[in-house]
Amino acid sequence: MRVVRRLNTLRRDWLSWIPTVWLGVFFLIPFLVVLKISLSEATIAMPPYLPIFEWIEGSLLEIRLDFGNYLFLIDDPLYGAAYVESVRIALTATIITLLIGYPMAYVIATAREPRRTLLLLLVILPFWTSFLLRVYAWIAILKTNGLLNGLLMSLGVISEPLVILQTDVAVYIGIAYTYLPFMVLPLYASLSKLDRTLLEAAEDLGATPWISFLTVTLPLTLPGVVAGSLLVFVPAIGEFVIPALLGGNDTLMIGKVLWNEFFANRDWPIASAVAIMMLFVIVGPLMWLNRMNAQHEEANS
Amino acid sequence: MSSNPSMVKKWLDPEAKPFLEFRGVTKSFDGIPAVRDVNLAIYQNELFCLLGGSGSGKTTLLRILAGFESPTEGSVWIDGVDITNVPAYERPVNMMFQSYALFPHMSVFDNVAYGLKRDGLPKSEIAVRVSELLELVRLSAFANRKPDQLSGGQRQRVALARALAKRPKVLLLDEPLGALDKNLREDTQLELIKIQESLGMTFIVVTHDQEEAMTLATRIGVMDEGYLVQTDEPHTIYEYPNSAYVADFIGDINLFECVVTDNEAGELSLYASQLDTAIELDGPVTGAVNQTLWYAVRPEKMRLTRDPSDAVNALKGVVHEIAYLGDFSVYWVDLDCGPRVRVSRPNISRLDDFAEAWGEEVWITWDGSAGVVLSQ
Amino acid sequence: MKLSRYTFPVMASVGFGFLYFPILILVIYSFNESKLVTVWGGFSARWYLELFQDPQILDAATLSLQIAAVSATIALILGVAAAMTLVRFRWFRARTWLAGMAAAPLVMPEVITGLSLLLLFVALDHWLGWPSGRGVTTIILAHATFGMAFVTVIVQARLRDMDRTLEEAAMDLGARPMTVFLTVTLPTIAPALVAAWLLAFTLSLDDLVIASFVSGPGSSTLPMVVFSKVRLGISPDINALATLMILIVGLGGVVGFWQMRRSINRRPV
Repeated sequence: MRVVRRLNTLRRDWLSWIPTVWLGVFFLIPFLVVLKISLSEATIAMPPYLPIFEWIEGSLLEIRLDFGNYLFLIDDPLYGAAYVESVRIALTATIITLLIGYPMAYVIATAREPRRTLLLLLVILPFWTSFLLRVYAWIAILKTNGLLNGLLMSLGVISEPLVILQTDVAVYIGIAYTYLPFMVLPLYASLSKLDRTLLEAAEDLGATPWISFLTVTLPLTLPGVVAGSLLVFVPAIGEFVIPALLGGNDTLMIGKVLWNEFFANRDWPIASAVAIMMLFVIVGPLMWLNRMNAQHEEANS
Repeated sequence: MSSNPSMVKKWLDPEAKPFLEFRGVTKSFDGIPAVRDVNLAIYQNELFCLLGGSGSGKTTLLRILAGFESPTEGSVWIDGVDITNVPAYERPVNMMFQSYALFPHMSVFDNVAYGLKRDGLPKSEIAVRVSELLELVRLSAFANRKPDQLSGGQRQRVALARALAKRPKVLLLDEPLGALDKNLREDTQLELIKIQESLGMTFIVVTHDQEEAMTLATRIGVMDEGYLVQTDEPHTIYEYPNSAYVADFIGDINLFECVVTDNEAGELSLYASQLDTAIELDGPVTGAVNQTLWYAVRPEKMRLTRDPSDAVNALKGVVHEIAYLGDFSVYWVDLDCGPRVRVSRPNISRLDDFAEAWGEEVWITWDGSAGVVLSQ
Repeated sequence: MKLSRYTFPVMASVGFGFLYFPILILVIYSFNESKLVTVWGGFSARWYLELFQDPQILDAATLSLQIAAVSATIALILGVAAAMTLVRFRWFRARTWLAGMAAAPLVMPEVITGLSLLLLFVALDHWLGWPSGRGVTTIILAHATFGMAFVTVIVQARLRDMDRTLEEAAMDLGARPMTVFLTVTLPTIAPALVAAWLLAFTLSLDDLVIASFVSGPGSSTLPMVVFSKVRLGISPDINALATLMILIVGLGGVVGFWQMRRSINRRPV
């Protein structure tokens, strides 16, 4: 009887099990594999690491855990600096993105149709064109002999070309530019839900536009601010393309470090250890985001 | 209009078999009961109204019947068959939704044809049936329109036609006229009755509008906090409410607390402490000595006069407020003995200079048969 | 600073300018005869010709388009199933797991996703002999997983907004659950499905990092070819490629907007 019931619920749930199993295999298990390999020793072979579990003489299971990779990460100041730098750059870029994105979301949310749809579309459209090519466009603009310097010098604003490309500033610009839609959309969602009469009420009670913005609009759209910021901050920490193309050789970001360990040094265990450490950095913000989603879902049901 | 004279009142016949039955139906959402132990029998060709405020459980009861919710306890029967566990798509009932729920991506024709297509009827027959239905609701010219190209009243009629298409044994209507404005609503009420009589279908209407329920229903079931508190014909519900809640929910009422002073062979004597007077009763009322009861009189059954002679019940008071409502006026009178009562009076003359004025001392009188005694 | 009526609109205009200035530059310089950005050497379509004669780019573009189409389709099917489960099938026991796993790839740094999938494929190959080697198959699997998260989010939002009484009405009129889904749910969420598929398609077409990890020899996608070119400096034929992409996306946007306006205007007031 119980088996039959099991089968029945399985038959009813088959549609739900397909994506669940898929994500289990292609999303969850890979992390376990990464964890496993981060604990193994590097070797020159294919695959370039030694097994952790080994059957000795067919009956004894030998488990060799090697924490050396993690010790190496802690020991070498390069990695610690890369984590700190990644967080700092991601945070700075997130704040810049918020400052650019908030007024945009505000203007879209307060616009009338069909203007609202048009503006929204204008925010989303670049997102659909190649991310790589849009980052690449900034090279031509920010280069020492590039467009921006050419423009500023011909206007007489500066006499010497500014060095922007291959600095952190170029990375901020790149992140803010490519992640802007991720910031604007959640902000727009919470701004468009804002009841306009609340602002009228605040004004009626004597609040100046600034005060009513700071005491009504901003607090009520804080969930949008947090969601947008996390959507920019978390992926920016591990960003590779932007620091690789716009940053300098000394721009240390953890995504770049991982890439180099893997592709240049072919050290898979160290690359895995770097990835596991990166997960620790982003797991906090990630859970925050997840909780916000859950709350959002609850509020809607 | 309240009941069709040609219709036999089957609910008065103890031998008659109910067509539709709720047996001890209870429904809880996360442990919070929405419908509590409802027992209800509805007969063929009835136009039954479930009346109640928001959150009274009337819509939940309708959704249980449609099959969208399954009861926590109890069973639902149609035509002698237990349908409690029959899925919604196999039930012989159809529903007209409050929001109309017209499929926005289908034309009026396809909306009405939807149910017939599910039955696998041949195309030619579907075309005939749909055009008949569209004629019935006077929308033949709109067959190819999409729902968003129709007015509110037209959408309402498409929803009705779609629900009627499968000739269900029972048609469920959830606030069918709620979204229409007042004039259109009155016309549509009469139209609904006409359609129901001509098709000989059983209709169950959920509404929060007591006037609508009075106009449409053969019988009304009043719901409150999940309980079905009274089920009767409109006239009975209004004139003989079985509780203070029903009396107050349907129409206005003046309620006075009173005590049974004597019970001689079933003849009660009542004393209203608030009014400091004995109440003269016409009809039979049951109750034990010293039991507290409610004495209820509707405002239009009270008279306002300057001369109380030869009145059975009369009390003196002062006019506190007058509300002129056009067809009648409502007077709030502060009685000398304490309570404030409301009295309504039709405005039969255009100029009434002799009417009682604000602050004037007046008498309130009523007949012995005007009031009802309620035990709860 | 005083917050005037114009403060936000002015700031927003700067934001929109920021968003479109680089794109404009790309388009203009794709027609520049000169190879140098600072010099305008006259109007020319020479980079477009060069682009169409570069077999490496053409091959990579064909491969990328194929991978994107297949992986977006898989992502759509998986994402719709996931979204239906999350919004509708509240009884599903592994629902919280699915919710967590479906949202995470959205923000997961690509280097981690890429590395972990590669290590999985190597391990699977080792244990099961599948997928033997890396290439198109592994890229498709990776992109489907990644695109699925985006599909789930879009479809989930649309399903939540959808009027549930429409489905109840269909069921009430005798439609079985599968018929309800095909005749009512699917047509209602169709615009979201199109948008979701296109997004998954674009993300796949655009991905450099994950593809670099999981691809094998001989399966270089377009972004991989572009990246190796761009790393060496500005190359104007890439401007031409970008302009073509912008043109296609821009056209799509205009058509979409026009369609929406039409549907708004058709409604009686």
